[in-house]
Amino acid sequence: MIREFTKGLWKENPIFVQVLGMCPTLAVTTRALFGFSMGMATLFVVVCSSVVVSSIRRFVPRQVRIPMFTIIIATFVTAADYFLKANFYQISKALGPYVPLIVVNCLILGRAEAFASKNGVGRAFMDALGMGAGFTCALVVLGSVRELLGAGSVFGYRLMRDGFTEWVVMILPAGAFLTLGLLVGLFNIINSKKRGAVRAG
Amino acid sequence: MGKELILVFIAASITNNFVLTYFLGICPLIGVSNKIESAVGLGLATTFVMTMAATVTWLIYNKILVPFDLVFLQYVTFIMVIASLVQFVEMFIRKTSPQLYRALGIFLPLITTNCAILGLTLFMVLRNYGFLESVVFGLGAGVGFTLALVLMAGIREELVFADVPEPLKGTGISLIVAGMLALAFMGFGGIISG
Repeated sequence: MIREFTKGLWKENPIFVQVLGMCPTLAVTTRALFGFSMGMATLFVVVCSSVVVSSIRRFVPRQVRIPMFTIIIATFVTAADYFLKANFYQISKALGPYVPLIVVNCLILGRAEAFASKNGVGRAFMDALGMGAGFTCALVVLGSVRELLGAGSVFGYRLMRDGFTEWVVMILPAGAFLTLGLLVGLFNIINSKKRGAVRAG
Repeated sequence: MGKELILVFIAASITNNFVLTYFLGICPLIGVSNKIESAVGLGLATTFVMTMAATVTWLIYNKILVPFDLVFLQYVTFIMVIASLVQFVEMFIRKTSPQLYRALGIFLPLITTNCAILGLTLFMVLRNYGFLESVVFGLGAGVGFTLALVLMAGIREELVFADVPEPLKGTGISLIVAGMLALAFMGFGGIISG
């Protein structure tokens, strides 16, 4: 059970390893806070839809499963969107159309199809929780790097000394691609080091 | 009226390119664009779906959802419209060009989960586009998507011969190339206001 949770954090991290759900990842991570909010919204949707998909998996005919899953996901996304609008209006405004776009986040449909539709409710829940958490972590890391270099702060706290020249490009689309590309590279370096250590030991 | 439509088209295809400034449709960009031919095929299929989706969802949103006060159903409705359109395109391509059908493989049904298409319909609603504007917007977004996909495929064909550092191989270098393309497209930024 625990392993279903932890694999999403590192070994099968949805962003760095599986490269799923790129659109929100790149678009909203101009600030660490936006990355975190988007991560939480996605976590909610992936957990709820995985649990529902897993509990109805015996009744759904194979041919119509994809439309079924999509409707389930779209329903939870609508809920998350209205929740954000009601309680965190500023954040919801900043995230804009990227909240409804969670519907087409390949990560969620991917988990529903690859895991939840084949496993029991408990395991599906843990799996979705891990994937959501891994997704959130990756978004926060990406958002922090971009915010630090592009605005000199992280989560709104100023970290750079005065006179720091802000790298405007980090906030722009190009910066998102570059940062994520380099982070994926870093992730691979760490992984290959780890593998090397295991082999040597 | 005509001038506005042209502006919408240029904005959607070049200055606010869906892939490189809104990050919509990254999955096919990273996944499919290894060969120029399949990039063109997928781009054209997506353009068709986008134009149709803009047309149909505009009608549904403004003629059914708004008058009957059903706006909360918009995400569910939009995604169903897109899914059926994709199914239709898939059947059409399988009949007319089995070769292209095989080349596109899994990425054809995945057009449904291409964020660019749902994103397009959402932007259309957010910006209160009229009917003609929406159709042109869909077409422009599709052309822009095809452009980005083909450019990317061209660069990646060359990349095969490049000496890429080991950890960056695959996804890493594709993302960095996309970053360079995004930088280049920023240069078009001044066109619209000028």
